[in-house]
Amino acid sequence: MLKIKRVPTVVSNYQKDEAADESVGCGRNCLGACCINGARLPLYACKNLEKTGAGEKLVLSHEAKEPPVAFLESLVLGEWEDRFQRGLFRYDVTACETKVIPGKYGFVAQLNEGRHLKKRPTEFRVDKVLQSFDGNKFNFTKVGQEELLFQFEAGEDGEVQFFPCMPIDPENSPSVVAINVSPIEYGHVLLIPRVLDCLPQRIDHKSLLLALHMAAEAANPYFRLGYNSLGAFATINHLHFQAYYLAMPFPLEKAPSKKMITTVKSVKISELPSYPVRSLLFEGGNSMKDLSDTVSDACVCLQNNNIPFNILISDCGRQIFLMPQCYAEKQALGEVSPEVLETQVNPAVWEISGHMVLKRKKDYEGASEENAWRLLAEASLSEERFKEVNDLIFEAIGCSNQEEEPEGTIVHQQNPSGSVNQKSNRTHGGPITNGTASECLVLQ
Amino acid sequence: MSITESSESVFTTEEEESFSARYSLWIKEALDELPHNFTITDPFIPGHPIVFASPGFLKMSGYSREEVIGRNGRAFQGPKTNRRSVMEIREAIREERPVQVSILNYRKSGSPFWMLFHMIPVFGKSDGKVIHFVAVQVPISGQEHHRKMRNGSGLSGDMSDYSEMMFGSCRREVCFGHLVHQDRALPVEFDEQELENWEHCEASESEKLRAAEAISNVLSVLTRYSEFSGRLVCGKRYCLRGADCLSSSLVISLGRIKQSFVLTNPCLPDMPIVYASDAFLTLTGYKRQEVLGQNCRFLSGVDTDSSVLYEMKECILEGQPCTVQILNYSNRKDKSTFWNLLHISPVRNASGKTAYFVGVQVEASCRNTESKELRPETRQLSVVGAVRVAVRSSFMVTC
Ligand SMILES: Cc1cc2nc3c(=O)[nH]c(=O)nc-3n(C[C@H](O)[C@H](O)[C@H](O)COP(=O)(O)O)c2cc1C
Ligand SMILES: [Zn+2]
Repeated sequence: MLKIKRVPTVVSNYQKDEAADESVGCGRNCLGACCINGARLPLYACKNLEKTGAGEKLVLSHEAKEPPVAFLESLVLGEWEDRFQRGLFRYDVTACETKVIPGKYGFVAQLNEGRHLKKRPTEFRVDKVLQSFDGNKFNFTKVGQEELLFQFEAGEDGEVQFFPCMPIDPENSPSVVAINVSPIEYGHVLLIPRVLDCLPQRIDHKSLLLALHMAAEAANPYFRLGYNSLGAFATINHLHFQAYYLAMPFPLEKAPSKKMITTVKSVKISELPSYPVRSLLFEGGNSMKDLSDTVSDACVCLQNNNIPFNILISDCGRQIFLMPQCYAEKQALGEVSPEVLETQVNPAVWEISGHMVLKRKKDYEGASEENAWRLLAEASLSEERFKEVNDLIFEAIGCSNQEEEPEGTIVHQQNPSGSVNQKSNRTHGGPITNGTASECLVLQ
Repeated sequence: MSITESSESVFTTEEEESFSARYSLWIKEALDELPHNFTITDPFIPGHPIVFASPGFLKMSGYSREEVIGRNGRAFQGPKTNRRSVMEIREAIREERPVQVSILNYRKSGSPFWMLFHMIPVFGKSDGKVIHFVAVQVPISGQEHHRKMRNGSGLSGDMSDYSEMMFGSCRREVCFGHLVHQDRALPVEFDEQELENWEHCEASESEKLRAAEAISNVLSVLTRYSEFSGRLVCGKRYCLRGADCLSSSLVISLGRIKQSFVLTNPCLPDMPIVYASDAFLTLTGYKRQEVLGQNCRFLSGVDTDSSVLYEMKECILEGQPCTVQILNYSNRKDKSTFWNLLHISPVRNASGKTAYFVGVQVEASCRNTESKELRPETRQLSVVGAVRVAVRSSFMVTC
C-alpha cells in the first residue's frame, strides 16, 4: 500500500482532526439526520440545456453587449460575501498577495500562509483511485448549514427557476454549493452532487454534467470548476467539485493544443504538446451532454484502471481538460526531487492549471517559471505512459485511432510496432488492471 | 449572433461624445474615407461597445451602421468561432496591448468567414489612459492551401514557422501597398461546411501586412484629428496612468455590474469617487463628470442624520464594512430625497492592500420584495463580490 503524509486542507469549520472528531456531538446544525428537519436553503434550478438545445444555447448566451453579471454569479458572489462578512472563513483571501510570474506561460503565484496552519499531517493512501465511502471520516454531511450557499439542480424547464427559501428534502438528496473555509481565491466553493447520498469521490456521468451546467450558467470564463481524484490530491472521499473566480487565463488554458481526433459526436480531443503536464483537451460536441459524456467515459476508464487524474472545466463549460498524473505515487516511492518536495506544494487541479498557492514567503519571492515547471513536470506521466493511457481512453470512448489514420491526424498514436488497437502491444505489457498506476511514475 | 434580435440600436450621446471629446470636427468623415474594414470601441462606455464602423466593415459583415454601433464586437461570433482566438483577444484587451489573430466570424446572413483580426489600444498622450481600441478585420483567402492545414490544426506559437511555410504563398494575389478596391476586400465565397471544419486558418504574410498597414492608417487619422483638438492620442503609452484613472480592463469588468455603486480611492486627498455606475447616475440624477473626483458627501443634506455620517466615517477609518440607512439628496428633476440603504466595504488589490472603498446604494422604497428574486441584501453583497474579483485581478496584469 502506498501512502503519503500531508496536511489536509480544512474545507469546513467542522472538520476537526480525525481523532478528535468522535467527541463532537451535534447541536451544530449539520446536514445529518439530527438537524436536517426543517432546514431551508435557496434553490437554483438551471435551464434544461437539452430543451433549449445545448449547441444553440451557447450561441444565444452571447449577448451583443458586455454580458451583465449573470443571476447565478450574483447568487454565488452575494452569498459568499455574506459568509465572508459573517467571519466564516479562516482568513481573508483577498489579503493574500498574488502575482503573475514573469515568463512565457504566465504562472500565477499566491502567498498563502494561513491555509495550512493548525493542522497536523495525516496519512493518505494514494494507490487507490476508488475507495468506498467511510461515514466515520469527515464528509459534507457534517458541515454546518451556515456553510451552505444554495441547492443547485439541473432544471426540467427551459427557464431558470429560483426559490429563495426552499426546504431541504432529505428524500431527494439535493446537490448543494458550500463555501470552502480555506479559499484559494475569491468565491471558492464546493459543488457536492446529491450530498445526502454520500457518494465517494468518483466521477459519474450525471455529476460531471451537473458541474458543466454550473459552469455554463455562471457564464463567466473566469469561473472554472475543478476536480481531483483520490491519488491526485483529493483529501475528502465524498464526491465534490471545486470552483472559484480568477479573472485571468490559466497557463493551461493558454497552452497551444494539437488536435488528435474527433469523435462521432463531434467532440474534438487535443493534446497540449508544450505544457509540462501531458493533458487532453475535450471541446465541441453536438451538445453539452455529448461533451460531458465523452469526458465521463474517459474518467471512468481512468478510475477503472486506477490512474489518478484531475479535471478542469473552462470557458463556461465549453472546454474540459483532463490530466492523468502520478505525483503522489512518485512521492510515496521517494522519487520526487527533494527541492520540489520541500515547497510542500501539492500539484492538484489548480496548481496543474498554473495557479500556484505557496506556503512560504521565500518560495513566493523566489517563484520562477522554472520552479513551477519543475513541479508540474514531476506530476506528468511520461510520454510513453501517456500514450498508453490515451490508448485506453480512446478505446473506452469508442474511438479507435486507426479510423482517423487516412486523414493523418493522429500520427502520434502509433506505437512502435505500428499496431494500435491490441492491448498486447502495450509497452509495459501485462493486463491493464489494478496496479498499473504504479508503473506510471517511472521516468527513467 | 444576436444583433438583429436586439431591440433598439441608437446612437447614444455617449457614443457621440466618445469622439467629440477627443477629436476635432469631421473625424468620422475622415475615417469614412479609409478603404479598410475596421471598427473602433470605447472601453469606458458600459458594455465596451463599437462607436465607429467603417463602410468596408459594414459591407463585409452585411450589417447597417445602426445595427453595429453600440454593440460589442463579440456579436459577430457564433457556434464555430474558435475559442482560443476569443481568449487571445480578451486577454489583449485586459492587458491593453495589441494582438493579431485569425478568427471565424459570421455575417448578417449567417454565413461564416475567416478573418485576420488586428487590434491595438489607443492611448491618451498626456494621461496614459486607453481612449479607444481599434480593430482591423482582413478577410482571409486562399482556401486551397488551408485545407491541408486540417492535419496540423490549431498550431500557434512555436509551430507558426511550419504554417508559414505552407501558406506563405497564397492562391489569391492580394494587393497591398496601394488601396484595395472595396469589392476585393470581400472574402471569396467558400463551401460553408468546409469553412467551419477548419481548426484554424492562418493568414498569409501579405494579409498580415495589409492588416498592419490599415492599423497604421487609422491611427494616423486619429492622431491628426486629436492634434487639432489639442488632446493628443497615440499608439504607445507615454506615461503611467494616474491614481485617479482606472485601467480600461477594470472599467470593462465594472461595467457588467448593473446596480448602483461607486468606487472611491482612499489614497487620494478627501477620498474622491473614481468610478460611478450608470445605475448610480440614474439614482442620484447627476452626470458622470459631476461626480468623478468628488467626495460622496454631496449626497447628504440638512436633514441627514449626522450620527450616521459619523458611524460611516468610523468604519472607513477602521477599514471595516458597514451597512447604514441614510437620507440622501438627489439631483433629479424634482430634487427629491430618498432613503439610501448603503453598504460600504474596503476592497483590496492583488498585493492585499486596500485600494478602494465600494459603496453600494439601494433605494429603500424600491426594495425588491418579489419572491423569485435574490434578497436585496444578497444582491447588494454580490456587487461587493464582483468588485473584489475585478479589482484583485486587474492589478495583476504584467506589462
Ligand atoms: C475594437 C474591437 C473590435 C472588435 N471586433 C470584433 C469583431 O469584429 N469580431 C469578433 O469576433 N470580435 C471582435 N472583438 C472582440 C470582442 O469584442 C471581445 O472582446 C472578445 O470576444 C473577447 O472576449 P469576451 O467575449 O469574453 O469579452 C472586437 C474587440 C474590439 C476591442
Ligand atoms: Zn446535526
